[in-house]
Amino acid sequence: MSNRSKLFIPAAFFLVMLGLLFYGLGRDPSHVPSALVNRPLPEFSKPALFDENQNISSDQLRDGIFIVNVWATWCPPCHVEHPYLLEISKREKDVNFVGVNYKDDVKAAREFLEQRGNPFKFNLVDLDGRLGIDLGVAGAPETFIVDATGTIRYRHVGVIDNKVWAETFEPILAQIR
Amino acid sequence: MKALLRAAVLALWCGAAVAAIEELEFQNPEQEQRYQQLIDVMRCPMCLNSNLSGSDAPIAADLRAEIRAQILEGKTDEEIVDFMKARYGDFILYRPPLNRVTALLWFGPLVLLALGFVVARRMLTQQPAKGGSEETLSQEESARLQELLRDEDVSKS
Repeated sequence: MSNRSKLFIPAAFFLVMLGLLFYGLGRDPSHVPSALVNRPLPEFSKPALFDENQNISSDQLRDGIFIVNVWATWCPPCHVEHPYLLEISKREKDVNFVGVNYKDDVKAAREFLEQRGNPFKFNLVDLDGRLGIDLGVAGAPETFIVDATGTIRYRHVGVIDNKVWAETFEPILAQIR
Repeated sequence: MKALLRAAVLALWCGAAVAAIEELEFQNPEQEQRYQQLIDVMRCPMCLNSNLSGSDAPIAADLRAEIRAQILEGKTDEEIVDFMKARYGDFILYRPPLNRVTALLWFGPLVLLALGFVVARRMLTQQPAKGGSEETLSQEESARLQELLRDEDVSKS
């Protein structure tokens, strides 16, 4: 290498670092990869929201695609996504929506769904947040796509709206249908 | 404006004071120490830059309670860490484990430092040799230089 071209090494190095840092800047630091993607849905048996004497277990979530939505009435973004979930669940007949009522007041949760509509085929109560920990949940709302083999395929943190559904959920569902 | 500022400062101060003060019972001081150590090295999944002990997010409280329960059940530190890692991934640990993905993170700075030494060494050892050959004038050259300088003096005066 000639002496002259050596002079450009620091500049090239600088550009590479600039590129790396710029790439890092564009990434969302709050996006945390889920440890549960491609792992089986954790086993559970939790009381049903509308009938405390009945339990809903993970064994019942077989044969089909499930969207497991962790929600609560104390969580404002859950209120935002609720109408979207209603609309989407009416449209997507082959997908089963499961509502995990997370660390909530059970009565308030029942009233919420009775008044505003119930997008969920299964409603279960996670009063102490133990199922939430098993799901690796950091808060609410969070939503998991579970395929027909009971494997978690995707974890979504935050609100689902039509855009998120079309851009993120549809492609994954298309793969596993 | 001043009142607003004072309120803001006060709000910050309150938040700091309230964070994670919990009355906890353990069977022995050793358990409490293990608990403290575990919640110090684990990260709150919600707040990104706070450990479990320093966070008052609800999930951090839940995870602290879970760790405490598992200590009381007699689980080892390793079992508890594995439990958390299975659910929250390596993210839960403040100190990233050494593996293929994190190798660059661990060794990158060392490689850069070594590279810096190599470059600095080469620059320092090359410079005098190069400079010496260029700056020393041969006898002929210095005679010529003297001549030129004299000429200039003559033309000026």
